[in-house]
Amino acid sequence: MNAPLLEIEDLRVSFPTPKGRVEVVRGLSLRLGRERLGIVGESGSGKSMTGRAILRLIRPPGRQRAARMVFDGIDLDAQSERQMRALRGARISMIMQDPKFSLNPVMTVGDQIAEALITHERLARRDVRARVIEMLHAVRIHEPERVLRLFPHEVSGGMGQRIMIAMMLIPRPDLLIADEPTSALDVSVQAQVLDLIDELVRDHGMGLILISHDLNLVARYCDRIMVMHGGEVVESCKAQDLHHASHPYTRGLLAAVPRMEETRDTLPVLDRSAWGGT
Amino acid sequence: MGWNMSAIVLKDLNISYGTTRVVHDVTLDVAEGESFALVGESGSGKSTILKAIAGLAPDWTGEITVLGQPRGHRVDRGFATTCQMVFQDPYGSLHPRRTVDAVLSEPLEVHGLGNRAARVVEMLAAVGLDQRFRFRFPHQLSGGQRQRVAIARALMLEPKVMLLDEPTSALDVSVQAEILNLLKKLRREQGLTYLMVTHNLPVVGFMCDRMALMNKGRVVEIAPATALHDGSFTDPYSRALYAASGGNPAREAQA
Repeated sequence: MNAPLLEIEDLRVSFPTPKGRVEVVRGLSLRLGRERLGIVGESGSGKSMTGRAILRLIRPPGRQRAARMVFDGIDLDAQSERQMRALRGARISMIMQDPKFSLNPVMTVGDQIAEALITHERLARRDVRARVIEMLHAVRIHEPERVLRLFPHEVSGGMGQRIMIAMMLIPRPDLLIADEPTSALDVSVQAQVLDLIDELVRDHGMGLILISHDLNLVARYCDRIMVMHGGEVVESCKAQDLHHASHPYTRGLLAAVPRMEETRDTLPVLDRSAWGGT
Repeated sequence: MGWNMSAIVLKDLNISYGTTRVVHDVTLDVAEGESFALVGESGSGKSTILKAIAGLAPDWTGEITVLGQPRGHRVDRGFATTCQMVFQDPYGSLHPRRTVDAVLSEPLEVHGLGNRAARVVEMLAAVGLDQRFRFRFPHQLSGGQRQRVAIARALMLEPKVMLLDEPTSALDVSVQAEILNLLKKLRREQGLTYLMVTHNLPVVGFMCDRMALMNKGRVVEIAPATALHDGSFTDPYSRALYAASGGNPAREAQA
């Protein structure tokens, strides 16, 4: 990989509090090719803020700053808000956690997916419809003509999330950020949705950033993993080496997860004082 | 293990919400001192069973017996001293304008019990919360601390049976471990019976003796927790759920 898709150096995100500004992401750096990167951490670790900062979606009074943030040769820091809007969705898109809150409740599924496409490309109406149906097929929705006319409350959680994926992938972005894409779904549907994201990412040669609190899930679907804690990357390794992780926080997290063949009488608990965590 | 009496007996239980029947013909028996899990996906009716036992889903037919007492269809004051429930979301289940002390004293007040301050202090210690949290409000506590308060509230009346509705699914993994350890310790110390709803099979492996697997409002299989070690389930749905929850390639490396 000679030219990385995304390069970030020293990203910092801060929010004001009565006691002064608090940094929730403290000096994160990463290089991403057309590969699958997992960011893991617990609530408050700064993993979601990192995802949002890449799209420059940190709202005031929050502030983000980076020494360098380059996507495919474009300096994201130097883009105007208008230029960013042209990038978002078209070149970098993001799947959020819960389809119940991310889909527009008063717009049909078909119109929402079409909107994602029309915003970024000029196409004849017939072609738009063909692309939407093709995309719904790709996310394994069996009767696309029927589903097109449904409203979000008429579809299940798993189907809602597949519709979200369709909407995010239809402009054919180069980088997909998935922030806890399956935590609102049942286990059997989780696997289907992740397999689908995985397949589409591979077929289109995209880059993927998968953000999750679930270590084992990330290990299964990514090539590389970054473990975040307190706004910092405490460990970064290849997915298959996760179980040989060296940082006490990563090791503590891995040990705290109950296993299918559980025989331990008590689960080990993180000693948070060891690295000054909360 | 020396279980002699049934803590919870459900016989031909059917539960409806309005005209929709969501639980069909459930029959099961939880022994005293046992930890029993109801496992299934969203909409399988597992939480509804807990609600019916607690008196929060009154539209049911069949029999519910708790510690030998038949359960009526309403909220029942005497029942509250034998059976209590812990809810899924500690952010939603605690009153935002009441201190921990007020939340824990309330059950005692309702039941006219005295010596409240001493009992609150004792209970905070039992669930591993420092005394300095006693006069705090929920928003000053973390998710794990709130769930400890919710467990403490359920234990204030010294019930024998606890209904746990996904007690850790809203928590981070490291906090989940703390709460699961606490629940296990309390059960051992106080001889409690647990009926726990969860969708997480590894949690069942850690916490429970047996489980009922549910699909579309019916119990498809009752299996011992040891079935999770070798996947010895007989029903096709149970097998599919087991496969979807397992299939972790790193597990061999971890062991």
